[in-house]
Amino acid sequence: MPEQKIKHYQAGTFVVGNRLLDPEQRSVQARMERSNSLTSGHRACQGCGEALGARYVVDAAMRATDDKLIATNATGCLEVFSTPYPESSWQLPWIHSLFGNAPAVATGVAAALKAKGRDDIRVIGQGGDGGTLDIGFACLSGMFERNDDVLFVCYDNEAYMNTGVQRSSATPPAARTSNTKPVGGQPGNVFGKGKNAPLIAMAHEIPYVATATVAELRDLEAKVERAMELRGARYLHVFVPCPLGWGSASHDTIRLARLVKETGLFPVFEAEDGEVTSVSRIRRPVPVEEYLKLQKRYAHLFGDPPNTEVIGQIQARADRNIRNFGLLPEGDQSADLPGSAADLAGERPGETDPIGTAEGETSLMRLLASSPHGPQ
Amino acid sequence: MEKPFAITLDVGSSLANKTGSWRTERAQYVDRLPPCNHACPAGEDIQGWLYQAEEGEGGYERAWRKLVEDNPFPAIMGRVCYHPCESACNRAELDEEVGINSVERFLGDEAIKHGWKLEAGAKPSGKRVLVVGAGPSGLSAAYHLTRLGHSVTIHEAGPMTGGMMRFGIPSYRLPRDVLDAEVRRVLAIGVELELNRKVTNVEESMRDGAFDAAFLAVGAHIGKRAYVPAGEAARILDAVSLLRSMEGEEKPLLGRRVVVYGGGNTAMDAARTAKRLGATDAVVVYRRTRERMPAHEVEVEEAEEEGVMMRWLSTIKQVEGGKVTVERMQLDESGFPQPTGELEELEADSVVLALGQEADLSLLDGVPGIEVDDGVVRVEPNMMTGHEGIFAGGDMVPAERTVTVGIGHGKKAARHIDGWLRDQAYEPAPKHELATFDKLNTWYYSDAPRTLQPQLEIERRRSTFDEVVGGLDESNALYEARRCLSCGTCFSCDNCYGVCPDNAVIKLGDPGELYEIDLDFCKGCGICVAECPSGAIEMIPETI
Repeated sequence: MPEQKIKHYQAGTFVVGNRLLDPEQRSVQARMERSNSLTSGHRACQGCGEALGARYVVDAAMRATDDKLIATNATGCLEVFSTPYPESSWQLPWIHSLFGNAPAVATGVAAALKAKGRDDIRVIGQGGDGGTLDIGFACLSGMFERNDDVLFVCYDNEAYMNTGVQRSSATPPAARTSNTKPVGGQPGNVFGKGKNAPLIAMAHEIPYVATATVAELRDLEAKVERAMELRGARYLHVFVPCPLGWGSASHDTIRLARLVKETGLFPVFEAEDGEVTSVSRIRRPVPVEEYLKLQKRYAHLFGDPPNTEVIGQIQARADRNIRNFGLLPEGDQSADLPGSAADLAGERPGETDPIGTAEGETSLMRLLASSPHGPQ
Repeated sequence: MEKPFAITLDVGSSLANKTGSWRTERAQYVDRLPPCNHACPAGEDIQGWLYQAEEGEGGYERAWRKLVEDNPFPAIMGRVCYHPCESACNRAELDEEVGINSVERFLGDEAIKHGWKLEAGAKPSGKRVLVVGAGPSGLSAAYHLTRLGHSVTIHEAGPMTGGMMRFGIPSYRLPRDVLDAEVRRVLAIGVELELNRKVTNVEESMRDGAFDAAFLAVGAHIGKRAYVPAGEAARILDAVSLLRSMEGEEKPLLGRRVVVYGGGNTAMDAARTAKRLGATDAVVVYRRTRERMPAHEVEVEEAEEEGVMMRWLSTIKQVEGGKVTVERMQLDESGFPQPTGELEELEADSVVLALGQEADLSLLDGVPGIEVDDGVVRVEPNMMTGHEGIFAGGDMVPAERTVTVGIGHGKKAARHIDGWLRDQAYEPAPKHELATFDKLNTWYYSDAPRTLQPQLEIERRRSTFDEVVGGLDESNALYEARRCLSCGTCFSCDNCYGVCPDNAVIKLGDPGELYEIDLDFCKGCGICVAECPSGAIEMIPETI
């Protein structure tokens, strides 16, 4: 994509549109003719991050494919709030079958198109974190392993929200859900469980894996566009805050998505053929408290006195991501880059990473030790 | 109708489901008052003209046109204004304030370079207005009154226009070609000017010229003389006369050692002028501390850079044949300077008194209704004196004495004179709520420290009257303009349109009429409000 050189944006590169940019350079969401693939009238809660994320992704994919796009959808909030029979909010061909088989249905649609010789029509599959990481995981892994020509998008709001906020394998440690010890002194999810879907996808060495949040639209759209340039199995993991399930204010949805990246808790990166090719660096580093405090699911950590031990453990997870992915702002990297002199000279106390400095490690091995939902 | 197997209902769109009914609060676009505009004594729409300038190229002329709606002197302003706008700028809390003044100067200089002309304006009203004094306030009033359709004549006592801009501000701060160019442009829209025409009795002058109203802006140009015991040989002069004589053929002779008495901007101007005239020592003697000096910080800094010395907490006791006796002061509990009895002697070839100025109000002698208090004329909030139809502004009324305040008075008075002449009192539009820093979402602005203006090298500053502060060039003026955060005002960034999970923000795409909330579908989540960079949206409760 040719870039317009502009000396200084009035509002940086961070707003949705910018009147100083050539129309061609503006984001998909800034366009009056955007497809609004998920249109108004859907029944998502006020401030729903998933509804926003889905429109961002599908609109960008629609533009990248000249509107020649078919979507399959797993069961979950996204399906329930968008298609109560007989209404639909989807403005593209869209199919829903079961909770666990959206990647397999997408595989089937792609195969059918191939059989008909329609390689101009592209396929995306989508689901929540439950449908992707838990129930649909076998179908997803199979789709990756066969390298089917599908972009699968996981909208990760870190629990089963549609059925009443139950824990999924994407629920982060210490977050309270309706079935993670709802009473007692330590009501949150345990440490050391769960899985990191983007890194597992990378382990399949598929053409493209990326993470994104609803707070960085330009980054997200660029990733969708890149994914649609490629053929084969591709995976996009989008972080989408859930005001209902997290107990956050509806107006804080984007703020939370911004903070999760700025704290380092959710690394935003992209990888091709199993190797990380770029990371989105932190702009204004913040401690994890700023992110946690806005959510009632972490309220038990902020009593009197606050549970500094658990908060410290969460901070340690963020710090490890920052180290392993090199997330610190530009010019502030050397001390923490994996393999740097400072890193090799000696571990800081309490931060020993058992595989961090091992000889012959792969980047994946290092990253597998990381969040968002990696084993502790 | 035939339906496929197991289908009993027609397919429909969710657009039938008006989710707006869920809402308890709604988003609403607002205009909040940018702090720069709020702080501007001349009432400029700073955010408005920066917005135009951000576009570059053709935007500069649009920006200039927007600017001169309020102030016809951007090139002058961009040099002499103490820019309270920048002190109020929200960007200072982010990195550094926007260099508004330097962009204003750039636009002013562009206008002179390209010969952009002011527009005359409304159709003639048939009314005649007398303006007394061709200083900043008088010229500003003349400009605005002419644009409002009135026929304006300026009576100026002196031989040249500009008032204190010419006779009070040294040319190293305001080159005279810049001053002349901007004054000429105002006169060119049809303002009549009579030089060397001193008004001795304003009522008489109004009668003689059949004027319907008058605006007085005679300034304050008589230097205050404090009683200083002085011997015969002492050379004592006042700063106003010194600065004025700089405009004449013969430059004043001050000698090598000059003492300036006072702590205001005029004192700094006098000391810096003395340096340039060849003084080896220029010493400012002021009775209080630096913090309590009325001079603006920039002026003090520039004076010190040029080698002007400061003696704080000192008063002049006596001047005798090349010697000045100075007494040390100390501040009492209330911050007032008290004598200590400690005396010191300074060598001085001349002493310049810069103790403030007074207005010559003799033209108002015997005019009924006029109230003079503490040497200045009392005016109503509409700038009218106690005498119907006679308005006043600038340094002769109670206010801070700066060029910018004078220009602001001229504009304000012009609007009220217009209302008074047309028998329909001018009502200023109610002020919007202030766009304070907490209303902004500054995440969306990239980091961009301010551009510094070039300065003349110090040797030339000490010996010549060349302009000290340089202007920005096109590329850094554009950069500086684009640092504006557009506080409280929509700058069409499309954030609201992008971030609504319900597509309930409609992008209209017309200038000025940018977006609309679709109340059929707005669920009232407030994301657009939280993510608006400039604080131009608010949530209001729904009424039942």
